[in-house]
Amino acid sequence: MSAQTEPFATMPVAPKPALRRFHQARWDEPIIFELSQPGRRGIGVPESGLPEVELPEDIRRVNRPALPELSQLHVVRHYTRLSQENLGVDLNVDVGQGTCTMKYSPKVNDIFVRDAKIAELHPAQPLDSVQGALEIYWRLEQILKEISGMSRVSLQPGAGSAAIYANIAMIRAYHAANGESHRDQVITTMFSHPSNAACAKVAGYDIITLMPDADGFPDIEALKAAIGPRTAALLITNPEDTGIYNPQIKEFVDLVHGVGGLACYDQANANGILGITRAADAGFDLCHFNLHKTFSTPHACGGPAAGACGVAEKLVPFLPGPVVDKTDNGFVLATPAHSIGKIRPYLGVTPNVVRAYAWVMALGAEGLRDVAEIAVLNNNYLMHKILRIPGASVPWADKPRVEQVRYSWQELSEQTGVHSEEIGVRAADFGVHYWTSHHPYVVAEPFTLEPTESYSKEDLDEYAAILAHVADEARRDPAFVKGAPYNQSIHKIDPTSLDDPQQWSPTWRAYQRKHGAR
Amino acid sequence: MNAHPYIPNTGPATRTAMLAAIGAASIEDFYAGIPAGLRLQRPLNLPAPIRDEQGLIRHMKGLLNQNTDTTEALSFLGAGCYPHHVPAVCDEINGRSEFLTAYAGEPYEDHGRFQALFEYVSMMGELLDMDVVNVPVYDGYQATGTALRMACRYTGRDKVLLSCQILPDKLSKLRDYLTPDIEFTTVLDDSVAAIYLETPDMYGVVARNPRLLAEAAHAHGALFVVGTDPISLGVLAPPASYGADIVCGDIQSLGMHQSFGGGQAGFIATHDEERLVAEFPSRLFGIAPTAVAGEYGFGDVYYDRTSFALREEGKEWVGTAAALWGITAGVYLALMGPEGMREVGETVLSLTRYAMTSLTDAGATVLHPNEIHFREFAIAVSDADALLTSLRAENIFGGVRLSGNEVLICVTERHTRDDIDRLASAVKGALA
Repeated sequence: MSAQTEPFATMPVAPKPALRRFHQARWDEPIIFELSQPGRRGIGVPESGLPEVELPEDIRRVNRPALPELSQLHVVRHYTRLSQENLGVDLNVDVGQGTCTMKYSPKVNDIFVRDAKIAELHPAQPLDSVQGALEIYWRLEQILKEISGMSRVSLQPGAGSAAIYANIAMIRAYHAANGESHRDQVITTMFSHPSNAACAKVAGYDIITLMPDADGFPDIEALKAAIGPRTAALLITNPEDTGIYNPQIKEFVDLVHGVGGLACYDQANANGILGITRAADAGFDLCHFNLHKTFSTPHACGGPAAGACGVAEKLVPFLPGPVVDKTDNGFVLATPAHSIGKIRPYLGVTPNVVRAYAWVMALGAEGLRDVAEIAVLNNNYLMHKILRIPGASVPWADKPRVEQVRYSWQELSEQTGVHSEEIGVRAADFGVHYWTSHHPYVVAEPFTLEPTESYSKEDLDEYAAILAHVADEARRDPAFVKGAPYNQSIHKIDPTSLDDPQQWSPTWRAYQRKHGAR
Repeated sequence: MNAHPYIPNTGPATRTAMLAAIGAASIEDFYAGIPAGLRLQRPLNLPAPIRDEQGLIRHMKGLLNQNTDTTEALSFLGAGCYPHHVPAVCDEINGRSEFLTAYAGEPYEDHGRFQALFEYVSMMGELLDMDVVNVPVYDGYQATGTALRMACRYTGRDKVLLSCQILPDKLSKLRDYLTPDIEFTTVLDDSVAAIYLETPDMYGVVARNPRLLAEAAHAHGALFVVGTDPISLGVLAPPASYGADIVCGDIQSLGMHQSFGGGQAGFIATHDEERLVAEFPSRLFGIAPTAVAGEYGFGDVYYDRTSFALREEGKEWVGTAAALWGITAGVYLALMGPEGMREVGETVLSLTRYAMTSLTDAGATVLHPNEIHFREFAIAVSDADALLTSLRAENIFGGVRLSGNEVLICVTERHTRDDIDRLASAVKGALA
């Protein structure tokens, strides 16, 4: 450390530099076990005042668990510091996490779910005591039916992949009910989320993955070759993770229907097409939305989230139960005739159902149309800016983009040796997220930006300026970019131990055993 | 129309400037890829929006106020969703917008998320006496389904033996989730992948001599998979101590509100054996060194087993699940510490026994009366619906209705002796 020797700047204070002089919080916080002192505690627990229950030896805990012992302030301080070493939508221009539809989660909606009328509600209460909660489920279902055009919507799945799984379970049950369990293949596309392939595999299907054709669309000739009597379903995203809307989607659906298969629409990328085009209009039999993406519920570090499965009439009997029905005597629960059963306990992730409902109610039809249109405008504006950065490109550039774009740093990488991941880590030094793409990298050196309706023009200008700056740094000093980060809570990580069974440390006790004193 | 408060670029001036910058005539240009035949030719038919915040609050309160919550009635409902006390600090931390609104950043700008989740799994590891714990899955049902699938992949076998009573809803989930690869059996032989024991079981019964089941499983080359609620483990033996190979369950008890079923999250734990670790679909976070001495970095342990890395060739799937509840459960365990976990366990055990005795005295038939119960027990009556209706009239949610006129009753440290006395008195009146 050196003393202040430079003269102070003079009044007026100079304008801000082009790029933010960001530094992430760096608390250098120990692991919580290292903060422990014997005899401290963070909260009191009521005593029953009753005789203790003597537990027999075979079921009694002998050694007390080596949990940390901290007073309450120190728990609060530790976790508040950790929270500061984290970036949420509320802190950054969160357009770099493409496919994830990072958008503003209105604060007022958090008030509703913290209300005891939701937070302290038990899901097995008498129906007359939960009519408000059931009405919200029912109302959100009506809204999602209108947005998708489907006949019914289940809000039970806990997230997007759980909704994909619920859909494939319904597909399996539908074919079984029709005596067609010999259908053992599911077709998906490389630019659909990996869970489409993975969930269908869990449900017992062989997976056929369609690769993009020369125009970036899933190859319809490959689809024609793949379909047949073994086809159970097509699981497809549209627009795909490239941001390109497949204009032949109806033909895809018709081809699959032609061989007796079902068509299932992963609407994770629905944000740009709300009120523009609907799953039912393209003939889909099933679809799902992610309420934590399109419908604004917070991503919560990776959940709790919520998924919504929409189905056409012929699949209604197979929905997970229960569903909420409106009757003359109020809202009731019913189990569909051939229900696949439970996907999760009780009705669903109620707080997110409440938030999503409140979000739609603040927007209405016109507002949702604005959401879609502004998301698409933002996306095309940002693409226009990114393509001005030397070394950045967009595969299949002549195809219009809807709500996100998968870009490539291939040229920059070939010229500088700097990879997309490394550009992302350096970009974070300026206070933003950045993500490459799902594996495998069909687009070389990929990055995927999805600027939803939440971001302003100035936000997008800032994000593009950061990437332009980092790309320039990569040309001038590639080693510097590869050494990033510099402005984060920690420095560059050596990940090699994470894949070595002799060294990996998935808990503190494993770490101590392998590397320390325990 | 004014700009919507959630959508900054709705203002016409901004729109025009952005379109001009792109060189597009209108936003319609960007939808050129969507065929006309697929375009919705009318506005969505949705309720009129409420664009002012106070109006939205009024509307939502109108709906919420139709609910009677468990702070307004005396509730003995459990069955997978439990009314344990939620420390204020848990809500404070999981309400921090840095956590609430974050998602999947790298271990640099989201260092805090990685550390908080690493600490969660580490504290769970201490409670469970196991070295590997996953970042949470959706719920305990999912955790159980995956634990059983892990056992089948590990052993190369396809049969599971259930040695306990399971809630019908959970069994429904397992039946679906294990189809078509796995079947249930009642015969223990060398084709069995796992014996599954839940303790406490759906009736709150703590299984006696569980080691015998572990030995039986291991004698046949099967794994012993145990479902439990971690809130019991301050007093009950951790399943690893009597031979469990995989332990699973729900963590809603550890600092999550009931939230009409929205507080569920699942855990799976194993010993640090490479072949078993390889069968986790979930993310596992581990410590890694950084370029600076004394700094903890974090990252994904053994990532190349996941569907993120391998699509359908990965283990089941991984995706957004319930990470914030993991962070919250970590906060809970840090607050409670070893003493708090012991005390909550003792209080629940004592209150449970007191409630069983009180209801017996009130004339109810308590099921499994000679077993040790943790938190739950059932009573059998001649007309369960009539009993619950009668209790409801006294503003008591008396329990969860099971089949066969059984009522499942749950007591936690939130209940007092007076609460239980009130229940017993009401039950006595109803049965009289």
